[in-house]
Amino acid sequence: MDLSWMAWTWQTATFFGVILLLLVGMTVWEWASPGGAPRHGILGLDTTRGDRLFISLLGSAYIHLAWLGLVGPNLWWALALSIVYAIGVFRFV
Amino acid sequence: MDKTWNNKAWFMVLPVLVLVAFNAIIPLMTVVNYSVQETFGNNLFFFEGVKWFQEVLNSPRFHASLLRQVAFTGLILLIEVPLGVAVALAMPRSGPWVAVCLVLMSLPLLIPWNVVGAMWNIFALPDIGLLGYVINAMGISYNFTSQPLSAWFTVVLMDVWHWTSLVVLLAYAGLVSIPDAYYQAAKIDGASRWSVFRFIQLPKMKRVLTIAVLLRFMDSFMVYTEPFVLTGGGPGNATTFLSIDLVKAALGEFNLGIAAAMSIIYFLMTLLMSWLFYTLMTQSEAEG
Repeated sequence: MDLSWMAWTWQTATFFGVILLLLVGMTVWEWASPGGAPRHGILGLDTTRGDRLFISLLGSAYIHLAWLGLVGPNLWWALALSIVYAIGVFRFV
Repeated sequence: MDKTWNNKAWFMVLPVLVLVAFNAIIPLMTVVNYSVQETFGNNLFFFEGVKWFQEVLNSPRFHASLLRQVAFTGLILLIEVPLGVAVALAMPRSGPWVAVCLVLMSLPLLIPWNVVGAMWNIFALPDIGLLGYVINAMGISYNFTSQPLSAWFTVVLMDVWHWTSLVVLLAYAGLVSIPDAYYQAAKIDGASRWSVFRFIQLPKMKRVLTIAVLLRFMDSFMVYTEPFVLTGGGPGNATTFLSIDLVKAALGEFNLGIAAAMSIIYFLMTLLMSWLFYTLMTQSEAEG
């Protein structure tokens, strides 16, 4: 199957690969511990594991955009900040 | 009693998943791929990293179209939601006029978007259009093709004409679902008209109004066809909203990288707002 029209690069393929791995990981986690671990977090929201992943990914996208717009194109610190943010979300939200 | 889990049911959603993959996920992946590359056509791409994102985020043109978009969305929500509720409150709850009102309210929603734009274009022309002619006859200088304020007035009026009905129908559905017992209790307590609205009708309409605000937000934030047909984004760039700017960048200037980066930022904004509305709706449902 020719996918050249999608203009793939290894960087974007890695990005989607990581998202796919996260989804697979979440599926395995759900299989190992069913129910989604619902809880009432510090934001006052009822969230499941899937919600927390979504909040983490969406927030990370905004962290990267903010870093790019306000600081510069070196996004490693934005990535580090996003990981800390995601850990915070999974722990407290 | 424990719930029965049947994971085979997941296969039932497989067709939807395939459909979404082909019409949303794969195109979105392609846009992400375009957003980090430069192309001059011929299916040749050159990696540029996050350059387009940085360019878009620091572009005064993008800031201006985003500001116009936010202003337009804010303005039409401020007008359409209260107006829709007011019209719904004024509509009869029973009798033969209910059907007449519902049909009249539904009519604007049935008209295709490009036809609405074309209709309003002719209707608002200062020389031959009824609206343009009447406004000018009143001594007010009005020409939506050359005056930014007139163009904004026409675009907002057109959207209000086209979409307030949606808010009316949703608010009306919320109103008719309120049992008579609530009104009877309010009458016995001697509640004023305002108190009935504030403590009975508004809380009961909360859910449908959240849906109405969400739908109107999403539609107006992505509005393209109607203003494009009416003003083409002009005069100048006065009514160039985000979607119009995006199409100009992608198809008019063939800046696929910049257009793709803009699309992703645009997508993230709508995603965030949808999530906020969805969370608001589901949380209040869980509480109430």
